[in-house]
Amino acid sequence: MPVKIRIPTPLRKLTHDQDVVEVPAGTIGSAIAELQTRFPGIRERLVDEAGQVRRFVNVYVNEEDIRFLQNNDTPLKDGDDVSIIPAIAGG
Amino acid sequence: MSNSEGYMKALKCRECGHEYPLGATHVCEFDFGPLEVAYDYDRIRKTLNRDVICSRPKNMWRYRELLPIAGEPTVGREVGYTPLIRADRLARRLGIRELWIKNDAVNYPTLSFKDRVVSVALSRSVELGFQTVACASTGNLANSVAANAAAAGLNCFVFIPHDLEQGKVVNSLVYGASVIGIRGHYDEVNRLCAEIAGKYPWAFVNVNMRPYYAEGSKSMGFEIQEQLGWRIPEHTVVCMASGSLLTKIHKSYQEFSKLGIVPQTPWKIHGAQATGCNPITQAQKAGLDFFKPQKPNTIAKSLAIGTPADGFYALRVMKETGGAGDDVTDDEIREGIRLLAECEGIFAETAGGVTVGVAKKLIASGKIAADSSAVLCITGNGLKTLDAVVGHVGQPRDIKPSLREFEALLSRENPELVSA
Repeated sequence: MPVKIRIPTPLRKLTHDQDVVEVPAGTIGSAIAELQTRFPGIRERLVDEAGQVRRFVNVYVNEEDIRFLQNNDTPLKDGDDVSIIPAIAGG
Repeated sequence: MSNSEGYMKALKCRECGHEYPLGATHVCEFDFGPLEVAYDYDRIRKTLNRDVICSRPKNMWRYRELLPIAGEPTVGREVGYTPLIRADRLARRLGIRELWIKNDAVNYPTLSFKDRVVSVALSRSVELGFQTVACASTGNLANSVAANAAAAGLNCFVFIPHDLEQGKVVNSLVYGASVIGIRGHYDEVNRLCAEIAGKYPWAFVNVNMRPYYAEGSKSMGFEIQEQLGWRIPEHTVVCMASGSLLTKIHKSYQEFSKLGIVPQTPWKIHGAQATGCNPITQAQKAGLDFFKPQKPNTIAKSLAIGTPADGFYALRVMKETGGAGDDVTDDEIREGIRLLAECEGIFAETAGGVTVGVAKKLIASGKIAADSSAVLCITGNGLKTLDAVVGHVGQPRDIKPSLREFEALLSRENPELVSA
């Protein structure tokens, strides 16, 4: 079940400049684990010691913030779009 | 020692302290923490004092050593130094001894505090060689980026939620900017802009230029201290969208007192939100140091940010200074707008209604003591959010051009004024 993950600029050094990566994953948690297998070191950038997505990282599935869904347990299906976005200032 | 970057030393992660060169970047590669400009305060201390500030023109650049550009400002040179008004009539209505209004509803050129952050962000963008500037905006920022970019001859794209007040849309279009309405709320506009900023070599004032942009807000706090006669107010009430302005007002008090420009006296900073979008004040009232994102639903569209980027830091400032947070309903926002207008002759936008409404609650509950002194930060102009108050401020009574009709009206409505 491949899903598309959009990689933000600050992480592209780890993904060899790829801005979109396809991984097979059933949940956000397993997608992050799969990213870590391919790009060692990426996990600790995204989640804290307790395994939760960091305070300044926003993760969206098909444009919905995972904190409105089921956080790390948010299910993913074939063709889903996952975006990882740093928090942004107001306007 | 090189002075090529003015008084700036580096960009520094607020979370882990990792340092980066002074480029167009806003996020730490290690933990996604926001980057902030680090200054050479030892050099600033030797240069900046009250006499130097007073010798300069009355605009925000009189504090320029504490603003993050390398050379002279090239965009927005006349911004700032808005009036600080002693608001005795409103003070009596709210039940407080001393009240001041910092009135950025008349900031130059686009009537909101955003002209402060934009003049810094665009001056820095020019220094870094950008030709195209952009922003994600709830309206005021779009107006300011569009106007200042036009004056500076820069290409401009502004991204806004598609359902903004007409006044704010027209106020961006008129300057010739490319205005893109996004069918979604601000947090979705923000997310898209982060993705565009990753792909196009543009200066997004509140994305990749954010460390510089955000510092511009400090000038509102510097001015408050100077205009109060070089002192820090006991209480400051600030409205919060992302929470950035509140943290920067706090920083302006820290910097001026650290540099010896004002005496170090205690201060409390209070945060104001709309009940229809209150992730920060909800967390503050619950005693939490983190917030839960929300989907906004409020007439205070300029504050409608459900995922506030500086929410965490705003909570910390309120906690550390002993300040409070509260929020007000749409009706209370309209009442706040009317109170300020009827008592002080100042027409603020919905965000100003939020600030006045929350100040009223905090004074009533004693969180701001009745015998103390407070400053309310008014950030935008009511002419831009007419939609929010139309139908709530009464109607003109139309009559024929006839003295008899006028006196008939007067005797119905104000009989005590009728002349025999």
